[in-house]
Amino acid sequence: MKRHTISILVNNQPGVLQRVAGLFGRRGFNIESITVGESEEPGLSRMVIVTTGDDKTIEQVGKQLYKLIDVIKVVDLSVSPMVARELALIKVHAEPSARPEILGVVETFRASVVDIGASTMIVQAVGDTDKIDAIIELLKPYGIRELSRTGVTAMIRGNR
Amino acid sequence: MSAQPAALRSKSELIEKWSKPEVITGSEMLLRSLVLEGVECVFGYPGGAVLYIYDAMYGFSDFHHVLTRHEQGAIHAADGYARATGKVGVCIATSGPGATNLVTGIATAYMDSVPLVVITGNVVQSAIGTDAFQEADIIGITMPITKHSYLVRKAEDIPRIIREAFHIASTGRRGPVLIDIPKDVSAAKGLFKPVTEVNLRGYNPTVTPNKLQVDKLLKAISEAKRPVVLAGGGVVYSGAHEELLKFIETTQIPITTTLLGLGGFPSGHELWMGMPGMHGTYTANKAIQGADLLINIGARFDDRVTMKVQGFAPNAKIAHIDIDPAEIGKNVPTDIPIVGDVKAVLEILNREAKRTDLADEWRAQIAKWKREVPLRYEDSDTELKPQWVIEMIYETTKGDAIVTTDVGQHQMWAAQFYKFSKPRSWITSGGLGTMGFGFPSAIGAQMAFPDRTVVSINGDGGMQMCAQELAVCAINNIPVKVAIINNQVLGMVRQWQEIIYDNRYSHIDLAGSPDFVKLAEAYGVRGFRATNKQEAREAWEKALAHDGPAVVEFVVRKHENVYPMVTQGNTIDEMILGDA
Repeated sequence: MKRHTISILVNNQPGVLQRVAGLFGRRGFNIESITVGESEEPGLSRMVIVTTGDDKTIEQVGKQLYKLIDVIKVVDLSVSPMVARELALIKVHAEPSARPEILGVVETFRASVVDIGASTMIVQAVGDTDKIDAIIELLKPYGIRELSRTGVTAMIRGNR
Repeated sequence: MSAQPAALRSKSELIEKWSKPEVITGSEMLLRSLVLEGVECVFGYPGGAVLYIYDAMYGFSDFHHVLTRHEQGAIHAADGYARATGKVGVCIATSGPGATNLVTGIATAYMDSVPLVVITGNVVQSAIGTDAFQEADIIGITMPITKHSYLVRKAEDIPRIIREAFHIASTGRRGPVLIDIPKDVSAAKGLFKPVTEVNLRGYNPTVTPNKLQVDKLLKAISEAKRPVVLAGGGVVYSGAHEELLKFIETTQIPITTTLLGLGGFPSGHELWMGMPGMHGTYTANKAIQGADLLINIGARFDDRVTMKVQGFAPNAKIAHIDIDPAEIGKNVPTDIPIVGDVKAVLEILNREAKRTDLADEWRAQIAKWKREVPLRYEDSDTELKPQWVIEMIYETTKGDAIVTTDVGQHQMWAAQFYKFSKPRSWITSGGLGTMGFGFPSAIGAQMAFPDRTVVSINGDGGMQMCAQELAVCAINNIPVKVAIINNQVLGMVRQWQEIIYDNRYSHIDLAGSPDFVKLAEAYGVRGFRATNKQEAREAWEKALAHDGPAVVEFVVRKHENVYPMVTQGNTIDEMILGDA
C-alpha cells in the first residue's frame, strides 16, 4: 500500500466533485485528502487527491476516473519528483508568557502568526504533510484549540 | 407541429425545416432534438413536472409514444428496444416517484452496457433543494448507475445536451445517460438551433487497438496448444458477429459465449461449447480451466463466469479485448491487454490470424467432452419439464424469434436450450439480474420489430413484477407471446436453499399467484394453460398463430434444478452435474 498523489483536471461543472468523490466511495478507493480549485485554463478545475493503494488499485483509480465524462486528464504525480504542499491554520493556546517559546517553533518552521487573541494565537504553516505533522506535534504541549488543514495540492517539478 | 407520419419526414428535410432560428419552448426543442436523433419510439409516463413536455406531444406524430402502466415498464421497454436494435432507447418520466421508479431499469442498462437516454422532469429550479412536492435528487441518486447525466438549466441548452447524450450513450462502452429537466426549463421559450457537432474534450473512446498488443496476441495464437475464446456482449454490441465467425473459422479456436454473448456466434457451430460459468456447460468450463491461452473478446470476467477468481483459467495466458480500459485487469490479471472496439480489433486480427495447427489434440479433447457430457435433463411423460418447454418454443419458432427472459431458472434454461444463431435475438438482464425485466423488454423489442415473433419467457415470480404492462400489449395490439414457466415457487432461490441451505425452504412459495389465464383475459389478452406436453404444444401453437398478444402458462415440475451448477467459492470445473 503506497501513498499516491493524483492530479485530476476536470470540467468545472456543477456536481463534478460529487462524481469524483462518489466514484472513490463506491469503488472502495481511499481518500486521504482532496483539494479543488481553478486551473490555468478557464472552465477547468484541478483536483488533487491523496490516496493509498496497491498498484492494481491505483491503476483502477486512473481508469475509472477517465470514464467520467467531465474528467479531462489524470496524472499520478507521485511517480515523478513533485512539489506537494498543504496549508494549516493552528489555533494554539498562548498565554503571553508562553508566546516567546511558541514563536521560536513558528520561526523554525518558517510558519507565521496570523492572529493574536487574549490567550490564543493562530499559526499558519505551509509545507509538505510531514512538516505540518511535525509542527502540530511541537505545538500540542501548549494546547491546540482548533486545527484546520487544506489537504495537499501538488505539481510535478521542472518543465513537465 | 405537423401530423404527418414519421416515415414521411426525413431527417434532412427536418433539419432544413428547423434550421431557421425559431423561438419555441424547451419542450418543443426536446421533441425536435429527439426526432433529429432518429428516435422513432419513446416509452413514458406523464406527471406534473413533465406536463409541458407532454403538452408539446399532444398531436405530435414524428415519433410514437408508448404509455406504459409503470415507469419501470417504460424503462425496461426502452432497454428491450435498444438491445433489439442497437439504437438508443428513450424513456420519459416525471420528477420524484416517476424518476425513482426508473432506478432499477437504469441500473439494469448500466450493468449490461445498454444505450439509453432517460429523460426526467424535475421541479422548477427555484424549488430545487427545498424538498418540494415530488422532488427527488435523481441526478445524485443515479450517479453511480449512469454513464453520464445532465441537469438542464436553460432551454437553449437542450439541443446540445440531447446531441451529447445520444453520442455518449451510443459510443464507446454503451450506457444510460440521464437528462433531468426542471419544469421551468421545459416551459421556457428560447431560440432553437439544431446541433450536429459534439465537442466533449474528456470523452474519446479508443476504437483502434495498439498494434504491438495485437501482434503479441497473434504470436500467442500461433504458439497455443490449448486456446479458448470467451466471447461476450461486446461482440453483439459492436456488430462483430461476422468478424468473430471468420476469426474462429480461420483459427479453429473453440469458443464459449457468455450469457450476454449468446447469439454473437452461431450455437450450432462445431467449435461452439455453450455458455461458461455457474450454469455453464461441462465442456466450456473444462476448456477454460485447461486452456493455455484464453482470449476474452468483449466480456468482462463477471463473477458468474469466473466463479472463484483464484484458480480461474489457472494455466492460461490471458488476452482481453475490451472497449473499456477499466475492465482490463479489473477482475483477472491480464497478459495481453487490447483496448479497442471488438469489431475493429477482429478486423485487424483477421488479416493475419492463422489456423492453430498445434491445437488438433485439444479440439479432439473438446469434441469428446461435448459428446460425452452434453447439456441434458431427465424428460418425463407425466410432468411438464421446463427444459422441454424451452426446446418446444425453439422448435416452433424455428430458432428465429427474439427471446426475452426474466431472471432465474427459466432464464438459465432458455440460455441453455434455445439455440441462438443471430445477434440481438436474445434479451436478458445479465449483470443486475433484474426480475420484472422479461416482459416489458419484450414490448420494446416488438415495437422495434413489429413483424418478428417476440417471445417473452418468464417465471411465475418475475411475471408478477411487471404484469400490469399486459394492458399496453392489449390496447396497442403488441403481439408479444408470453410464456410463463410456472413452478409455483421462486425456483432459483429454491434450488439454492435445497443445495446450499440444507432444504430449508424459506419464503419461496408463490401460492396465491393469480390464475394467469384469467389475468391475461382481464386485460384483454388471450390466455392459455398447459399441464402436459400435448396441451403445451397445442396452446403454444395457438398463441403463435393468434394475431395479437397471448399468454401461455406452462405448469411445470416444482423440484427441477438447473445443472450444471458451480456453487460459490468453487472454481468452474467443480460442477454439480445433476442426476440426468
